[in-house]
Amino acid sequence: MIIVSAGLFKDCGRCFKSSSIVGAGLGDTLAYHHTYKINQVSFSSSIPSSSYCRATLSITMEEAKQTFDVDKAAVLVKELRKAFTSGKTKSYEWRMSQLESISKMIDEKEKEIIEALHKDLSKPELEAFVSEISMTKSSCKLALKELKHWMMPKKVETSMATYPSSAEIVSEPLGVVLVISTWNFPFLLSLDPVIGAIAAGNAVVLKPSEIAPATSSLLSRLLVEYADESAIRVVEGAVVETSALLEQKWDKIFFTGGARVGHIVMTAAAKHLTPVTLELGGKCPVLVDSNVDLQVTARRIVAGKWACNNGQACIGVDYIITTKDFATKLIGALRSVLEECFGKDPMESKDRSRIVNSFHFMRLVNLLDEDKVSDKIVVGGQRDRSQLQIAPTILLDVPEDSLIMQEEIFGPLLPIMTVEKLEDAFDMINRKPKALAAYLFSDDEQIKRKFVQNVSAGGIAINDTILQLAVPTLPFGGVGESGMGSYHGKFSFDAFSHNKAVLYRSFAGESPTRYPPYTPGKQKQMKALISGDVFNIMLALLGWFKN
Amino acid sequence: MEGSIAGVRETFKSGRTRSVAWRKNQLRAVIDLINENEQTIYKVLHQDLGKDPAESYRDEMGVILKSANYALSCLDKWVAPKKAELPLVFFPAKGEVLPEPLGVVLIFSSWNFPISLALDPLIGAISAGNAVVLKPSELAPACLSFFIETFPLYLDNKAVKVIGGAADVGERLLELKWDKIFFTGSPRVGRLVMTAAARHLTPVTLELGGKCPAVVDAFASPSKTKVIAKRIAGGKWGLCSGQACIAVDYLLVEEKFASTLIELLKKNIKRFYGGNLGDLKCISRIANKHHFERIYHLLEDPHVAASIVHGGSADEERLIIEPTILLNPPLDSEIMTEEIFGPLLPIITLNNIEESIEFINSRPKPLVIYAFTEDGTFKKRILSETSSGTVTFNDVMVQFVCDSLPFGGVGQSGFGRYHGKYSFDTFSHEKAVLHRAFFPELEPRYPPWNDFKLRFIKLAYRFDYFGLILLLLGLKKP
Repeated sequence: MIIVSAGLFKDCGRCFKSSSIVGAGLGDTLAYHHTYKINQVSFSSSIPSSSYCRATLSITMEEAKQTFDVDKAAVLVKELRKAFTSGKTKSYEWRMSQLESISKMIDEKEKEIIEALHKDLSKPELEAFVSEISMTKSSCKLALKELKHWMMPKKVETSMATYPSSAEIVSEPLGVVLVISTWNFPFLLSLDPVIGAIAAGNAVVLKPSEIAPATSSLLSRLLVEYADESAIRVVEGAVVETSALLEQKWDKIFFTGGARVGHIVMTAAAKHLTPVTLELGGKCPVLVDSNVDLQVTARRIVAGKWACNNGQACIGVDYIITTKDFATKLIGALRSVLEECFGKDPMESKDRSRIVNSFHFMRLVNLLDEDKVSDKIVVGGQRDRSQLQIAPTILLDVPEDSLIMQEEIFGPLLPIMTVEKLEDAFDMINRKPKALAAYLFSDDEQIKRKFVQNVSAGGIAINDTILQLAVPTLPFGGVGESGMGSYHGKFSFDAFSHNKAVLYRSFAGESPTRYPPYTPGKQKQMKALISGDVFNIMLALLGWFKN
Repeated sequence: MEGSIAGVRETFKSGRTRSVAWRKNQLRAVIDLINENEQTIYKVLHQDLGKDPAESYRDEMGVILKSANYALSCLDKWVAPKKAELPLVFFPAKGEVLPEPLGVVLIFSSWNFPISLALDPLIGAISAGNAVVLKPSELAPACLSFFIETFPLYLDNKAVKVIGGAADVGERLLELKWDKIFFTGSPRVGRLVMTAAARHLTPVTLELGGKCPAVVDAFASPSKTKVIAKRIAGGKWGLCSGQACIAVDYLLVEEKFASTLIELLKKNIKRFYGGNLGDLKCISRIANKHHFERIYHLLEDPHVAASIVHGGSADEERLIIEPTILLNPPLDSEIMTEEIFGPLLPIITLNNIEESIEFINSRPKPLVIYAFTEDGTFKKRILSETSSGTVTFNDVMVQFVCDSLPFGGVGQSGFGRYHGKYSFDTFSHEKAVLHRAFFPELEPRYPPWNDFKLRFIKLAYRFDYFGLILLLLGLKKP
């Protein structure tokens, strides 16, 4: 099973692996499976998982837990569908009560959440608070505040062609939905979509990531305690459990993770014609102009890289592009900000998350140790396998065909690429798959405009990093390789709703034009009617209409 | 083919299709293509489906002219970035949502409305600034040739291409990487399309069909009942002879009203389409032999045949099936489990019209639910207790021409939507853009972390500005 996950998913850690302890021993082997092609491989439960299980530990764990198989998954979905069909999740009161309860849960269990995040990722308390607890809380509060408004049918105008009529758009829940989340922000990325699903009136199953086991088990425990168990469930587990879930028919699948598993999720969804939202990642570039406030720029880059789960974030800074002459200055500034933030010896700092597990640690070490890359390190480079830490590392001018510039880094390494002119950077960015985010630091209005117009990415922030995530009025989601569909704020509600078109007609306003037998006169009237030109309609009715 | 599609991608990369002027030119070209070829279009539609010119204009050309004109008049508004409100903590900052084209998109259209179901999504794709490859159905061959001949004469041939061919060509197209696939057709092919799209993580819109019921409840006044019968008879048989994804598939009616309704429907059939099979007019034919046999086969089940109360005859030569009404065919027969997609209309009787909700809910979600009723409570129940792409009260089909309403399915009837602004959105990525200034800087954003920073952030998240000031002045108690 370990092999399956490593082979299948290059950035797999974000997805499926049976246990981090097991992963550690196999890290070295795993890293070399990157190039496996997985198009044809599915999660089909017909693959006997035991044949892939080299590590006995995972087998015993599974036996102890009793595997969650296809049959169990089917029973689960059936129960939830029953709850959904009963109509209770549709009511405003139910949605409010569940959201209130989750909000209460976040308040009451803050300490436990912070502890779990520390266990899984050594996440500093403040970071845990800022990027997970607060974000989830504000998302919940916004839903509580706006729900009535979101649920209201929206009146729309109707045209001449259907006169007299009125029309509206009614939001209705999709049904029973599946949320598969990931390990890097295991609390936020699990509950944020779940909040959207509940707000929209769905029954929901959450499958948190087994790579963050403490948070996964905490979520499983807390939701039983705080949420309506008949309609909101957590299924813990790895590949086997997820495969079993994906076999079922869902009304929507919301997936956060790597592109490889994204393929598998979408293929499974196709079988049942289930719509999907895929929140993937990508290499998010930062373009730095030479006219910027150096200190502020450096700090905001540090905030968006190392102070954000130590670079393990889908919208985290992946690499920098700047001009040749400015690179040295920027490196100097980054170095001094790093010292300000993490002290003289960053390996000792408690203010950075660790690398999630050995597999990812080895993956990152491999990126650094590639021949054409290892001599490009200008800052950092230290690593400590026992602590799963790598120092904030900056590399200058690594070759574009190196692994570190091809793969999403997802860790504390930061390559800086240099160009002659800033405009050359657009090409470099557009040559790569579309990223989830793109950042620009510049004081030049023209460059800003060009950047916004020409760089395609899920979202863009000018003169800052990652903050766009925290704005509920902006849709959050990818494009191209970085995913499809969006959420946050009202967009979350919409992601889990069907917008039903409703047209009300009366029995009056019957026009013979519509009906056969057709005559040339009727055809003229029809033309006028469709054109929506009142004057022409009058003429046509009077028989004076000319072509 | 692969080469010419690579060329289309080059065109998109050149940025030409992004300019609003290009988009408007192409939209005008679509309008010209329709207007200047009116007679040819009547001819090809008649060849492929036996459509009457009035029907062709109403359901195909008119729809396209309306859509293209609407897009032209709204385009400037659609492409403009939308301001997003930001919380004060971000000050000074500006948020906006900027629509951008997805890239090179593939449109599969179907044969029943070969002109409008091809050009309507195309209008959306062009409005949004994409390069487009259109693969029309090979089952409407005359319309397909018409596209192949006229597209290069009107549209930018480097950015908008039409590809002819059958299933094998479709498969080859699906091997390629697209930035969006828009598919109109059956759930079976929809699955194949989505599976292929998953390989390249391509977003898809699936416009499928389903059995669209019409619930008939308003029998209070005879004049209204007459209107109902007229609208159903016009909508069921008048639009491509029932071969429409939004066509009424079956009727649900209270037992005591069934005979009245059947009599009125018969009368209207006679008035609209003529007496018997030989002199039927103003009605499309069945697309081809395969579909003719499929539909006719639905009637061959003896229990189903026994339930025919009107029509039932067919002319294999001319591929015409008479408007046919059936009363209570068995619910487990194919005619009641499969989408009919033809001129057969089963009527299912219920003791109480409220039972229709359960009847509908025990089947896959349809693209549309039609309901003829004046009972406000019943309307509300239908809205909140059933699920479908659209609900139309007291009429059939007309929702299709409402630009302000999203058109699309849910569940088995598909996902994604289009028409009007929704067509533009379907082919756009909504790019979130946040503009920030370099100052002021909030210290608490940066490590090393300490208690002051934690408290600051807690207050900021609560938007407790007063608390923040107190904290900054050192006056706030923990």
